[in-house]
Amino acid sequence: MEQKIAAVSLKNITKTFGPVVANEKVNLDIYKGEILALLGENGSGKTTLMNMLSGIYFPDEGQIFIDGKEAVIKSPKDAFDLGIGMVHQHFKLIDVLTATENIVLGMEGKLNLKDAAVKIQQICEKYGFEVDPNQKIYDMSVSQKQTVEIVKVLFRGANILILDEPTAVLTPQETEKLFSVLRKMREDGKAIVIITHKMHEVESLSDRVAVLRRGCYIGDMMTKDTNAAEMTNMMVGRQVSLNIVRPMPINPKPRIKVDGLTVRSEDGIVKLNDVSFTANSGEILGIAGISGCGQKELLEAIAGLQPAEAGSITYINEDGESEELLGKDPRKIADLGVALSFVPEDRLGMGLVGNMDLTNNMLLRSFRKGRSVFTDRKAPRQLAEKVVEELDVVTPGISTPVRRLSGGNVQKILVGREIASAPTVLLTAYAVRGLDINSSYTIYDLINKQKMKGVAVIFVGEDLDVLLEISDRILVLCGGSVSGIVDGRKTTKAEVGSMMTLIGGDKNNEEK
Amino acid sequence: MKKSNREPLFHIAKRGTLPYSKVWGIRVLAVILALLVCAVVTTILTGDNPIQVYGGIIQGAFGSSRKTWITFQNVAVLLIISLALTPAFRMRFWNIGGEGQILMGGLASAACMICLGDKLPNALVILLMFVTSLLAGAIWGLIPAFFKAKWNTNETLATLMMNYIAIQLVAYFTVVWEMPKGSGKIGIINQDSNAGWLPQIFGSKYLLTIFLALIVTLGVHIYLKYSKHGYEICVVGESEQTARYVGIKVEKVIIRTMLVSGALCGLAGLLLVGGINHTITTTITGGQGFTAVMVSWLAKFNPFTMILTSFLIIFLNRGASEISTTFGLNQSFADILTGIILFFIIGCEFFINYKIQFRKKSRKEEKKA
Repeated sequence: MEQKIAAVSLKNITKTFGPVVANEKVNLDIYKGEILALLGENGSGKTTLMNMLSGIYFPDEGQIFIDGKEAVIKSPKDAFDLGIGMVHQHFKLIDVLTATENIVLGMEGKLNLKDAAVKIQQICEKYGFEVDPNQKIYDMSVSQKQTVEIVKVLFRGANILILDEPTAVLTPQETEKLFSVLRKMREDGKAIVIITHKMHEVESLSDRVAVLRRGCYIGDMMTKDTNAAEMTNMMVGRQVSLNIVRPMPINPKPRIKVDGLTVRSEDGIVKLNDVSFTANSGEILGIAGISGCGQKELLEAIAGLQPAEAGSITYINEDGESEELLGKDPRKIADLGVALSFVPEDRLGMGLVGNMDLTNNMLLRSFRKGRSVFTDRKAPRQLAEKVVEELDVVTPGISTPVRRLSGGNVQKILVGREIASAPTVLLTAYAVRGLDINSSYTIYDLINKQKMKGVAVIFVGEDLDVLLEISDRILVLCGGSVSGIVDGRKTTKAEVGSMMTLIGGDKNNEEK
Repeated sequence: MKKSNREPLFHIAKRGTLPYSKVWGIRVLAVILALLVCAVVTTILTGDNPIQVYGGIIQGAFGSSRKTWITFQNVAVLLIISLALTPAFRMRFWNIGGEGQILMGGLASAACMICLGDKLPNALVILLMFVTSLLAGAIWGLIPAFFKAKWNTNETLATLMMNYIAIQLVAYFTVVWEMPKGSGKIGIINQDSNAGWLPQIFGSKYLLTIFLALIVTLGVHIYLKYSKHGYEICVVGESEQTARYVGIKVEKVIIRTMLVSGALCGLAGLLLVGGINHTITTTITGGQGFTAVMVSWLAKFNPFTMILTSFLIIFLNRGASEISTTFGLNQSFADILTGIILFFIIGCEFFINYKIQFRKKSRKEEKKA
């Protein structure tokens, strides 16, 4: 251990944003030829710390040493000059340019796209990337875009690579591919830092883990000497249980019947093709699929936000009376007495208003109540206080704009509001995306409680492990069509994974 | 440690929320600094004593009781226009068509005064003026809103273009109604009968406008802050997606809000024509439809702060025209001073939101040691 060279050494780094302390006296070493997993709950300062390394923020106090020499990183350019490259959670690519153009963007010197393309090819061959240098970004899948981001930092000669939640948007197969590339880089002597919330990834990929909690450095350990439970305890600071319960559905009855649903996007592309299924009360119907294969459109169609070309969506209430939901907007659906709650994928862009405080966000669902022309803020204020208390939302107060809160807390507020209206149908899209493990389990728990109350839950997820653990049945989408519906208790990850890429699944390849 | 002098001299960091006293302290400091800079600029460029120039500005705004009343009346008109634009701005609908909406309101009331003035009882004429001018302003606001709601056209361009149409319409009617014939303008309307002139209250011709401005301030504040409509406006402004998600009809909100915005501009037009000038020209608005954009932004869309910001603008304006006559300076010099003061006032917002951290002194000394 001792003879290993620290590629990066952070000493006493402190960063504050106004009264908020994001990092406090953090000491961290990053070694060459090692993959370090940086763990911590949402808002524990992982991304802030890495942003200081990549020149986006400047530390208030403390020093950064690169290869033993003190360095001052004032801008992303300084970081590149020191060989530090970061792949951000949200891609920073220009859609209308090609891969090559994006990669050379902002580089100094004469522009020579041909040479650059050759160099890109070399990098790709060395590590096993698959990138077409002349492909436009808008034609690329999420995983291809990510590859371009990684090639971009390697092209600039990065020896220290930081990846912020790289797997959040990838399928299991793509994740595996990324990991094998990262392992090759490690063999090449590069220092790699990966921020992730998925414990099984930490265990399978990293050599060492470092844990942050509330901005402070808690400690590090070798991955092989630890386990998911221990790491989680360190992150949270107390004992947590990592089991998702899956009670048997009680008296399931059809609640939502989707029949032959076909949806086209505004450009005329078929997003959903002849989708039929039934969601039952007291049951969690998981929806699996590669990102962008119709999950969003499906949920939005049920919620009354997406017009459909053909098909029907029928809601059946407790007494067996049915209502057609298609062609109605959210307000009309609510007026029918259908208690439908929707936790959309884009929390701050759709579910909540970032610049408004907690009370006003609670008001979104209830402001129409009553005949007065004025809004009633008393009930929402009480609801906000209740959600903060019951779900342990970390916030300075209920009059804080929600965009100031961390991802997990934002999600708790959204889910808290949606389940407060006593729904009979709960739609959730990527309910735990970007959430730390502790918040994730809080959300799973909330969803399970709704299921026990007899709510029909439709759960769109990206983590197959979780989908397999929580769902009673799993509907697999593939390119907008139903690839199959399987029993969550009997199926395997391999079966669902192959159904995601091929309609009906590839039975022959299942053994692989 | 030798190389650490590469640390930047300063860097910019975000501040937390400052207490009110500090925020206003920074603003007051900005105004003082602005006055100092203006003083230096005045001395260098004109050689006049800056204190006297400042005295001239105050003289211009408050020199006599008549001047003071006119200052307050002008503040009231600008305030109403700024308040009119505010609901649209809260919705992120950039209504820069205030000019046109005011002109249309003014044209409607002028039409009532000229065509109905001696045919109907005065009270009825005034009532009709109110109704038609508000309606005319509302229609002028509705047209761009309709296009925006229906086809998502750019509202900035559409509202701006509507201004020119309104100006041409007024120019056309100026020819139709010109008085006396051949003068190319409309003189004072109903000078003898005073038909359609808005009534004086408490024996003052200025109080009605001021009174209405206060009512509108209160009304807009309550509308935006406490009504369901106001809440919908905010949600649509922040995120149309979220608005649709909770079942708000975005198109309806856009149209409704622009009807309100246009109608209030129409009210300003009514006051300008029926209450203050008793005539109409193409330049009767004096560019206030655009000035109001700044007033509204400066106040961060808060109706009460708008009282202050519109006062500031009018005060500087009136003072500027005074010094340009008494000191023989042209209007452009007054504009330079106004510009400097606004620069400081807007610029100080940066220091309210951010702080500048200089390189730590202790570390510097450490290096020397």
